Amino acid sequence: MSLPAYAGPGERIWYYSFRFFCGLVFLFLILPIIVIIPLSFNAEPYFSFSEGMLRLDPDAYSLRWYLDILTNGMSDRNAPFGWAWIADSWNNAQWLHSMRNSFFIAFVSTILATVFGTLAALGLSQSDMPYRNLIMSLLIAPMIVPLIITAAALFFFLSDLSLSQTYTGIIIAHAVLGVPFVVITVTATLVGFDRSLMRAGANMGANPRTVFFKIVMPLITPGMISGALFAFITSFDEVVAVIFLAGFEQRTIPRQMWSGLREQISPTILAVATIMVTLSIILLTVLELLRRRSERLRGIKPQ
Amino acid sequence: MTDTSIQPSDLLETDDGVSLKAKLARATRRNKLRALGLVAPLGIFLIIGFLWPIGAMLLRSVHAPDFGEIMYRTAALMEDWDGEGIPDEAIFTAVVADLTQAKEDKTIGRAATRFNFSFPGTRSVFTRTGRKINTLTEGPYTEGLIEINDAWGNHEFWLNFQRLVKPFTTRFYLNSVDYQVGENNEIVRQPEERQIYVRLFIRTLIMSAIITGFCILLGYPVSYLLATLPLRYSNLLMILVLLPFWTSLLVRTTSWITLLQKEGVLNDIVVGLGLVSDENRLQMMFNATGTTIAMVHILLPFMILPLFSVMKTIPPSYMRAARSMGANQFTAFRRVYIPQTLPGVGAGSILVFILSIGFYITPALVGGQSGQLISNIIAYHMQRSLNWGLAAALATILLLGVLFLYWLYNKIVGVDNMKFG
Repeated sequence: MSLPAYAGPGERIWYYSFRFFCGLVFLFLILPIIVIIPLSFNAEPYFSFSEGMLRLDPDAYSLRWYLDILTNGMSDRNAPFGWAWIADSWNNAQWLHSMRNSFFIAFVSTILATVFGTLAALGLSQSDMPYRNLIMSLLIAPMIVPLIITAAALFFFLSDLSLSQTYTGIIIAHAVLGVPFVVITVTATLVGFDRSLMRAGANMGANPRTVFFKIVMPLITPGMISGALFAFITSFDEVVAVIFLAGFEQRTIPRQMWSGLREQISPTILAVATIMVTLSIILLTVLELLRRRSERLRGIKPQ
Repeated sequence: MTDTSIQPSDLLETDDGVSLKAKLARATRRNKLRALGLVAPLGIFLIIGFLWPIGAMLLRSVHAPDFGEIMYRTAALMEDWDGEGIPDEAIFTAVVADLTQAKEDKTIGRAATRFNFSFPGTRSVFTRTGRKINTLTEGPYTEGLIEINDAWGNHEFWLNFQRLVKPFTTRFYLNSVDYQVGENNEIVRQPEERQIYVRLFIRTLIMSAIITGFCILLGYPVSYLLATLPLRYSNLLMILVLLPFWTSLLVRTTSWITLLQKEGVLNDIVVGLGLVSDENRLQMMFNATGTTIAMVHILLPFMILPLFSVMKTIPPSYMRAARSMGANQFTAFRRVYIPQTLPGVGAGSILVFILSIGFYITPALVGGQSGQLISNIIAYHMQRSLNWGLAAALATILLLGVLFLYWLYNKIVGVDNMKFG
């Protein structure tokens, strides 16, 4: 959409102000995420740029908040660096503990959500599926129902089963919340799926299992992985259910950030946030690569 | 093939002698079963892990058997009380027996809390009576109880007692729309200072509408730009939309706290530019403004992505055709382009609206008093005041609203068409 040669001055002004406005919106979208990155290297315990930082004085920058992630909660944070220090940090540092929890919970709930979700998406894409719309609406519902309602409901339910404040409880909750994303992405992959490939396979003597593993699986794998990534990030980000269901032992990164923001606000949170932004950049890249691969596999040419 | 003609499948037979029609029907049935079988594991998982818990919680909004169970002897007698004056000695005897047992079971506190929700200020009646209940060794208990606390001689107290021992109730719904049961069992408005929920619902709706409006305002031009730019540029710019979408909600809320707080980056900038003096730093956080800004940022990608996917499908030749027929840029845009994007606007708006009326985290962190939404009060009643019945009633109302919007979304867009990125 470039400016045509015959554009008048009014159109010119309109064109440039439109671009300017869009530029502002993009800034609005990205700046808040970028701004925390330099702030996380602040040498001072504040949430704003010090004069030294603006002068790019190296002394105004430090890694102390990253070190704090490793040391906060250690039994002896001033001990000399060595194996004992690493063991102490690994076992006692609060942030490391919640990172381990986050990854563990996200990993297990992603597997649950992906297996259930992919099977269901395969069923939903069959042409003979009865009550398709109704079932689809049910499967998407956990994404739509306000989190606070799901979290409160699961709190009562899991308490009755004495599963609140356990990993099992949180994993169930996160699997429920992750399922819609897997169903949506895998269903979207299957929409463009050429069913004659399955028939061709069967025609050449493959049994249904072989057809599934040799033909269907490779084609839907990109969709499955991006669904799994969505489920993973959903669990990794989720905090409302964790607030209701987790005890101290099960706290995750977002839970720790939540209490950090409400109680003792420290730039360590910015350091953690920077790490999380890096993680989302990695995930975004993986997704983009998967999308391209899927397009290539299905013979869609990039425009 | 018309209805009157004979279907070939009626006549044809497969090699094992079954008519083709029956064979086809059987194959269809088998396919249906297979499809259902594939969906079944997830269906069962969601019914047990999602639908059932939600149903059970919603039931709490009408079902509160706690008090009646603790005071079960009194509850049995209470049914026959005519509601005049105060009850007779038999009921007072039952109260003493119930409270004595409740003291042993350590359930007096729970009964007191339940009672206090529907009749504020009466918590101590139960706890104090409980402490002295062992001194009442013999009757008449009526005088004994009234002596410990004169609330036991209060007609209104007893009316409330009678309502509370019933397991099913509508009082939570009445409370959640700022009504209560008055002295003579009639429905009256809550006193002025306790009318908070209707206002909160309205505020939630208005703020969600404002946030949705801002998202359209900011999202529409950007989506248009993304949809019309050559792919190599738009792919790059798309990252600026997708990165926030993929970044943790808490990280983004943290960023906004960093930016908006009094000693924060934005205030530093305006003070540095000399627009505002150092003493008059702007209060941008802990109010509705902060919540709105942060939530627009968080929800904007949910507007841009559906808009973009609709705009992408609109052929640019339509606009050129309109212009070649004499419409100016503005008319062509208004009469040809915008109508085609309305499904995208609808999808994005409903999605943003649904998500924002259920928002909890961001309002809790940057909202302060005036930026709280209905979810926050539900969380408050769940965790702090422990008035679970009221929390459930508020949640039910919220859920009904959301389900209505979801139904609307389904009508307009169809859940099958939901996509990410």
